[in-house]
Amino acid sequence: MALPKYTEPHYRIWHYVYLTVCAAVFFFLIAPLFVIFPLSFNAEEFLVFSDGMKRLDPDAFSLRWYKDMIYGTKNPWGLATKNSFIIAIFATIGSVILGTVAALGLSSRHMPYKGLIMAVLISPMIVPLIISGVAIFFFMAKAGLAATHLGIILAHIILGTPFVVITVTATLSGFDHSVTRAAASLGSNPVNTFMKITLPLILPGVISGGLFAFVTSFDEVVVVLFLAGLENTTIPIQMWTGLREQLSPTILAVATCLIILSTLILVTAELLRRRSERLRGINR
Amino acid sequence: MSSETKQILTTDGIPLEVSLKKAERRNKIKAFLLVAPLLFFIIITYVFPIGDMLMRSVDDKMVTEMLPKTFKAMEKWDGKELPEEEVFAAFHLDFIKLVEEKREGKLSTQLNYTKNGFKSIIKKLRRKSKSFEEGNYKEQIMAVHKRWANVEYWQAIKRRAPAYTGQKYLKGMDMFKNESGEIVSVPEDRRIHRVLWLRTLEIAFFVTVFCFLMAYPIAHLLATLPMKYSNLLMICVLLPFWTSLLVRTASWMILLQQQGLVNDFFVGIGLVADDNRPEMMFNKTGSYVAMTQILLPFMVLPLYSVMKTISPSLMRAGKSLGGTPFVAFWKVYFPLTIPGIGAGCLLVFILAIGYYITPALVGGASGTLISNQIAFHMKSTLDWSFASAMGLMLLTGVLAIYWVYNKLVGIDNIKLG
Repeated sequence: MALPKYTEPHYRIWHYVYLTVCAAVFFFLIAPLFVIFPLSFNAEEFLVFSDGMKRLDPDAFSLRWYKDMIYGTKNPWGLATKNSFIIAIFATIGSVILGTVAALGLSSRHMPYKGLIMAVLISPMIVPLIISGVAIFFFMAKAGLAATHLGIILAHIILGTPFVVITVTATLSGFDHSVTRAAASLGSNPVNTFMKITLPLILPGVISGGLFAFVTSFDEVVVVLFLAGLENTTIPIQMWTGLREQLSPTILAVATCLIILSTLILVTAELLRRRSERLRGINR
Repeated sequence: MSSETKQILTTDGIPLEVSLKKAERRNKIKAFLLVAPLLFFIIITYVFPIGDMLMRSVDDKMVTEMLPKTFKAMEKWDGKELPEEEVFAAFHLDFIKLVEEKREGKLSTQLNYTKNGFKSIIKKLRRKSKSFEEGNYKEQIMAVHKRWANVEYWQAIKRRAPAYTGQKYLKGMDMFKNESGEIVSVPEDRRIHRVLWLRTLEIAFFVTVFCFLMAYPIAHLLATLPMKYSNLLMICVLLPFWTSLLVRTASWMILLQQQGLVNDFFVGIGLVADDNRPEMMFNKTGSYVAMTQILLPFMVLPLYSVMKTISPSLMRAGKSLGGTPFVAFWKVYFPLTIPGIGAGCLLVFILAIGYYITPALVGGASGTLISNQIAFHMKSTLDWSFASAMGLMLLTGVLAIYWVYNKLVGIDNIKLG
């Protein structure tokens, strides 16, 4: 940011202080993530930069922890990855369907008790996770769903729907309802109207809500810790136990993969957000 | 046609008003039916279980049901001196039944919550009670152990008679009901829960303050920079936001360890001696640093979305009217960002107050929060009713914060990017 030429010296100094502070905060935010990359290629077992690594000696780097992650017998990362994806995918589908349908009802101007119902629907997002964990555990234990995939999926649907409800209602707030009336006047039934007219228009909101739900489920550890048995272990649970017992470089290899995954999700979410902003811009 | 009827009729011959009302009702039902599946799902799987937590936290039926005859006999007992033979006989009958059902262990655990020292004397009683002779149970039970002849232990049993109790809530505040039914605090050196509540509030408060101080400048920069630069910098905020919590905690565990980069850096600039590296993890420092970095995006995003809507011409107008940049900022810009500040602080504070994973990993013994205590009772001591009581106390606190926020700023003013 260039300063105008007439800026007085002490404001100029102040401006550079401000830029330095900003740079420091950005560094604080992003730098910790980049420690993980190089250490995951460490040839040694220690979680510090070896002298070889500081000299950029090729021998100090290796893929052994990635091999251990994939072929290692001790770490059930394979099972955890499979479980994580199954649970996250079904939880996302469930959240998206329930959340989108509910958002359609909530954004109707005829909806009674809108505020109260909205508060109930987004409560799982507001209540601290540990309390949700305890409550959901009591329910699943009573329903006989503790330590089952179905139980964890249902739990993650509870935690994921608020995001879908919020993003989809936000998208629908700029939605021009005359298009659905036009479709109805042309003889389309409500389901057809929804699939052909409404859904394509609100799709960016639905997908970004779905992404939130997916990430919530994929990262979730507090509730899963209460619910999961040995068979239902997920990536976060494995990471949690690994971090508690002993921080091994294999965990860093997994963490690197997770950072790559989150980068992909970030890019998708950003593209969607821009597309939706552009579409809403045209509507105005 | 309309001259004959005062009401306006639709083509079906129904008055327009009635017809409109009917249509309105149909629309209402339609909208409600769309919301219904999710609403009922959340109510059944989430709202009711929270109610269940409430029931569990005050439920004390277990002991009431285990010693029905004893409590019936105790109704007449004034609780001042040792009870009569009648009570001892009833207790013996109840106890024999529990031993047959192998439930006396549960009884001892439960009574031990009320008063320490029940575990061993119940074990002893189980062994001896097999050879009891009929009649004069008072003498026989009192002979098992001197604590059975101590009136305080019988008073402790009587205290467990009601089916509902607020005792777990008192325990959560480090208080208890003493022998004469007064509510008193536990001795100073045993007040673990009060320490935890205060620490949770303290950490949540300071993390919120740190996040605010760090987020305000960068949100301002992001909002004022040209799009192409700000989009690039936005990645620095969004990438941590989308990255797994455990990954970020792991990176702090690497950075903050004694041979870690942060310590290396401090040694490098000569701040600390190499052989005297400070412990930065497994204490409060670890919790502060890691939680601030992890929660920072939740402060930046609401601030940014509010700041972006503030027109730069306002600041220029303030300056052109004679204000220095500082005055213009303080009188014009800052008040406009208050909704964002409110939303960010609320979000960060509430997330911090219920934090579990990060403090458990980097907080050590002195950096853990109330959530860790709840998890500990859920998973280790299995005192679920106590965990429920503490959870509900935390929930009440969180809801109170929302209520205050709503009064001060208005919940509708929240903007989440």
